[in-house]
Amino acid sequence: MAEKDYIQGATGAWEIVIGMEVHAQVSSKSKLFSGADTTFGAEPNHQVSLVDAAMPGMLPVINAYCVEQAVRTGLGLKAQINLHSVFDRKNYFYADLPQGYQISQYLQPIVGKGVLLLDMPDGSTREIGITRLHLEQDAGKSLHDQSPRESFIDLNRSGVALMEIVSEPDMRNSEEAGLYLKKLRTIVRYLGTCDGNMDEGSMRADVNVSVRKPGGPLGTRCEIKNVNSVRFVQQAIEYEARRQIEVLEDGGKIDQETRLFDTGKGVTRSMRSKEEAHDYRYFPDPDLMPLEFEQSWVDGIKATLPELPDEKKARFIEKLGLSPYDASVLVAEKESADFYEKVAKGRDGKLAANWVIGDYFGLLNKSGQSMEDFVITAEKLGGLIDLIADNTISTRLAKDVFALMVETGKDAATIVEEKGMRQVTDTGAIEKVIDEVMAANPDKVAEYRSGKDKLFGFFVGQTMKASGGKANPNAVNELLKKKLAG
Amino acid sequence: MSLDRAAVAKIAKLARLKTDPDRLEAMASELNRILSFVEELQAVNTDNVAPMTSVQPMKLRQREDVVTDGGNPEAVLKNAPQRQGDFYTVPKVVE
Repeated sequence: MAEKDYIQGATGAWEIVIGMEVHAQVSSKSKLFSGADTTFGAEPNHQVSLVDAAMPGMLPVINAYCVEQAVRTGLGLKAQINLHSVFDRKNYFYADLPQGYQISQYLQPIVGKGVLLLDMPDGSTREIGITRLHLEQDAGKSLHDQSPRESFIDLNRSGVALMEIVSEPDMRNSEEAGLYLKKLRTIVRYLGTCDGNMDEGSMRADVNVSVRKPGGPLGTRCEIKNVNSVRFVQQAIEYEARRQIEVLEDGGKIDQETRLFDTGKGVTRSMRSKEEAHDYRYFPDPDLMPLEFEQSWVDGIKATLPELPDEKKARFIEKLGLSPYDASVLVAEKESADFYEKVAKGRDGKLAANWVIGDYFGLLNKSGQSMEDFVITAEKLGGLIDLIADNTISTRLAKDVFALMVETGKDAATIVEEKGMRQVTDTGAIEKVIDEVMAANPDKVAEYRSGKDKLFGFFVGQTMKASGGKANPNAVNELLKKKLAG
Repeated sequence: MSLDRAAVAKIAKLARLKTDPDRLEAMASELNRILSFVEELQAVNTDNVAPMTSVQPMKLRQREDVVTDGGNPEAVLKNAPQRQGDFYTVPKVVE
C-alpha cells in the first residue's frame, strides 16, 4: 500500500477501505420471472405482469436467457460457476416492492469467487477480488416529487433481472473504485450481458466505505446506496472518508448505516427510513426449485466467449507493440478496439494507435458523433497513414490533411492530390529553398556559425514555412546541417 | 425453541402487523405451540439426507426470453386503492 493513498487527518494518516456491490441489469427482453417487457422508458405500469405486481397466486417462472447471462458474466470474471444455486426471499417492506420480498440468492449464489484487473494509468495492473455474483429481481420505482402528500409508484422495473456483483474490500482510494466500475462495465459490454448504460440505471453501485489507521483492524463501514456514475462514486467516497475521519478524530464512533449521496450538494446523508429494516429474514423461496445445470452446458457457453479486454490488451502489447497504457485505452470500448484493428491491419501498429488515440478520438469527440456516423472510417484513416508511411506526406502535413478529411469527407490521397500537398523529397528543390532562407538571414547564419546552436530550430522553421510545409523534415534537417556548417 | 414477548413484538413490527400489547402474551403462546408442533419433525433421523428445498424430484422449469405479458395497466391497477393516471399512489414515503 503506497503512502500516497493515505489521507492525512489531525491524528495522522488514515487508510480508506472500499468494496462495491454493482447491480447490472441483464440485457434480456423480458423479466427474470415474468414475460413482461424490459424496454426502458415506457409509460408507467405498461410493462407489468400480474407476477410483477405480486397478485395473489401468481408464480414465478425463471428466464433461461438471464441464467445464461449470469453464467457468461461469471466466466468473464474468471469466477467459479456453481452448478447448484438457490433462490431466497429477502424480506422488507417498501412501497415499490409489492411482494414484500425480493427474490434473490443468499447463501448459494450462481457465481462464486472471481477476479478483476484494474488498468492503472501508469500501465500497471491491480487485482481486485470478486466475492460473488447472484441473480435477483429489481424493485419498482418511486417518484416522491409529483405531489406533496403522495409517492407515485411505477412497477415497470419491478422484476427486471439484475446481476449483483460483489467485490472484496480490496480498493484503497476513489480512483481505484472508479477504475473498477469502468472495467466491470467494459467486461459486461464485451460479453453483451448488460448494456452498461448508467444514465438509464442499467448499472448502479452500492459503495461500502470504511477508514482505519494503516495496517490496523477494519473500521465500521457505511454503505452508500445507488450511485449511478463513475464520477459520483468517486465524489461520494472522497466525502464519506473525510466525514468518517472527522467523526473518529472528534472521539465519536461510526454507526453501520445506509447513506445516500446527494449529487447536488456532493455530500452523503443518513437514510433513516431503511435503518431498522436490516433484518431481512432470508429463507429459500418455496415457489422456486434450486437452479441446476450441467458442467457441459457451462463449457458450451465458455466456448462462445469473445476475446475479453485483458486478453485483447495483452495481444495489442505483444503482437502490435503498443504500450500498456495505449492498449488499455483502445480496449476500453469494444468498438474502439475493433476500429483500431481495422486501421492497424497491414500497417504499423504503433503509428495506427497514435492516430486513433490522438487525432481521431480528438476530432470524434469534438464532433459529438458516434464512431459509426463519423465521416472518418477505418479505411480512410488507414489511407492517410499509408501516405505517411510511404513518405508522400510528412506527419505534420498529415494533421492538416486529416482536418480536411473531416471537413470535406474526401479521402487522404484525393486531398493531397488536389491541394498539391505532396511532400518534397527532391533534395535539389529543398536545397534551393535553404539557400534562399540563408540569403535572407545572413546575420542569423553568422550567429549560428559562431556557436549559437539553438538557431538551428529557427532555420528548420523558416525552411518548412517557405516550402509551404511540404518539405520532408528529415531531408531538411540533414541538408541544413550540411549547409550551415559551411 | 421458544419466543418471548419481545421477540413476538419484533416479528410483528417487521411484518407490519399492528399488535395490542395486551395480546402479546397470548400470541407468544400460540406461536410457541406452532413451533413445538414443527419441532416434532426433529425426531426424524436425517443424518444421511442432503438438505433439500423440496421433497419432489423436480427440476426448476425455465422459459424462453420472450415478451408474453404486460401492456395492460388497467388490469394491474384494477385493485389499487389509489391511482393517479397510470401510477399507483401511496402515502408519501419520506426519504
